[in-house]
Amino acid sequence: MIPPDRYALPARVLHWAMAMMILAMLFVGAGMVSTASWAYPALLTWHRPLGVTILVVAMLRLLVRLTHRAPPLPAALPRLQTVVARGSHYFLYALMFAMPLIGWAMLSAAGTPVQLWPGTILPPILSHSLRLFGWLSWVHGLLGYGFFLLILGHLGAALFHGLIRRDGVLRSMASFGTRSDRARK
Amino acid sequence: MPPDPHPRMLPRLALTGAILGAIALLFAWVAGWLTPGRVSGGSIVDAMQYNSGKVFLGARRAHAKGLCVSGRFASNGAGATLSRTLLFQAGAMTPVSGRFSLAGGNPDAPDGRNVFHALALRFVLPGGEEWRMALDHTPIFIVSTPTDFQAFQIASKPDSVTKMPDPVRMAAFLASHPETRRFMAYMKSAPLPSSFANGTYYSINAFRFTNNTGETHAVRWQFEPEDNFSALDKASLDRLPTDALFDKYLARASQGPVRWHLVIIPSNHGDATNNAAVQWGPGHGRIDVGTLTLTHAVPEVSGDCRDVVFDPLILPDGVSGSDDPLLAGRSAAYSASFRRRAKEGPRRVSVPVNQGIAK
Ligand code: HEM
Ligand code: HEM
Repeated sequence: MIPPDRYALPARVLHWAMAMMILAMLFVGAGMVSTASWAYPALLTWHRPLGVTILVVAMLRLLVRLTHRAPPLPAALPRLQTVVARGSHYFLYALMFAMPLIGWAMLSAAGTPVQLWPGTILPPILSHSLRLFGWLSWVHGLLGYGFFLLILGHLGAALFHGLIRRDGVLRSMASFGTRSDRARK
Repeated sequence: MPPDPHPRMLPRLALTGAILGAIALLFAWVAGWLTPGRVSGGSIVDAMQYNSGKVFLGARRAHAKGLCVSGRFASNGAGATLSRTLLFQAGAMTPVSGRFSLAGGNPDAPDGRNVFHALALRFVLPGGEEWRMALDHTPIFIVSTPTDFQAFQIASKPDSVTKMPDPVRMAAFLASHPETRRFMAYMKSAPLPSSFANGTYYSINAFRFTNNTGETHAVRWQFEPEDNFSALDKASLDRLPTDALFDKYLARASQGPVRWHLVIIPSNHGDATNNAAVQWGPGHGRIDVGTLTLTHAVPEVSGDCRDVVFDPLILPDGVSGSDDPLLAGRSAAYSASFRRRAKEGPRRVSVPVNQGIAK
């Protein structure tokens, strides 16, 4: 069987939808803690429901990833690059789940209602603990900025494949045309 | 990087770098790293620590000295026309916990100081909703914006020797802030309640109530005590025993429930909702919407009020913040203080502040 040369359509759609949402979340998170203006509560109001949406979409995405074959990396790619690519993808998946779960858990440990919108509150997933809250909110910040660096690296690698190596790796996620790349070759 | 196989490689590399650089730069700007003067919850709390001169690890950066209370709120139904919040439904009985406190960052400070006497409350509503409040015994606040609050913390830092603020810096702040002069004059002349049990506690900030038909109205509110008011003798404040007010409340609570009426003050046409430093004029309606009954009181170490944050923007459906900029600033600063003290763990010791601060 010939391996696919692109990610499955649902995988591509989910990838770009999540890319926008996660990048938005990182800007919202970093922006809200940088200010004591009206933007702080306004951004926090978006931060919680958007974060929980990311958690739901991440579950969907994992399902798609496990039920569809991913295109292989080019055989010519140096071994180290393959290992780094694989490893970073695992980290990206892990953070898509970890960030919203830690956000939810830290507010639970804080004893603060996890409000999605007025009148709708998620149940706590941890019992009230000041120390756990302190620790989790620190980890949420640390992993948040780590996530941003990882995404920058991921984007850099994608551009390296697309603009410099021009090996079809970027196209395997970024092409939405009806014709397969193979047909063009 | 593989050897450059292509003469047009340089612009492509440059493009890659430019895209990554632009995103990183935008992120740094949003995060405030390019604008160190931006006022944030963290920078306000830094200024409060600077003012204290000490960080009391694990303690609140303001209102550090406190006492835990609990009880219930009985709604009489009169508030239901103003707000659809479950707290105001006729006959609703809502569990409440809370915290009495005195202003200042030092949890060991003596009670005989001319500072805010405060009450924080946490109403636990059905469905996981909560309404949290932090109230002071004055109807007005000392500044009207978070930026001014931060500047005031820095300008009013007491000198380690004279225990007084630098007169030059303080005079400069007061010269440009008539509202702060008004507040200080008020604090000087207004009586201090002789007990936590007989003080009136004010929302100070304006909020918005929305009722069942979707009508929204700006309000302030206050808790008015059933215990008779009496005042501390301001001339002999420094002779008051260190924990006089806390001990007095524990004694009062052991004699029976302590009650307050929640009185809502709807704004009149022309009232400023965005300035907590000005009092609303005379001629306002007053709506008594129910009774707060505090039945239990315990020292902070054995209560459950220490480990929560009384963020004034934790609000139930039917209540929202107004355009008062202090509310957002408070929410951001309470969160920063809460995160710091949680990370430090429950209070242990104090350490001197040696961080620099932009003056
Ligand atoms: C993909 C998901 C998420 C990302 C990328 C993200 C990212 C961030 C970032 C970058 C910060 C600023 C960190 C700092 O400087 O301290 C932050 C803070 C925060 N996040 Fe998230 N977050 C996510 C999900 C959530 C969720 C689901 C919740 C809650 C339900 C949440 C609640 C918070 C809170 C309460 C803060 C701290 C606000 C404060 O300090 O006052 N986050 N987040
Ligand atoms: C910009 C203005 C203000 C700032 C920056 C500020 C800052 C703070 C901070 C950092 C805390 C400690 C929070 C914690 O660690 O849990 C605190 C506590 C408190 N504040 Fe403010 N505050 C402001 C205005 C006000 C006003 C207007 C009121 C009264 C209406 C008020 C009443 C209280 C009370 C009662 C507490 C104690 C809450 C408790 O017992 O946990 N504050 N404030």
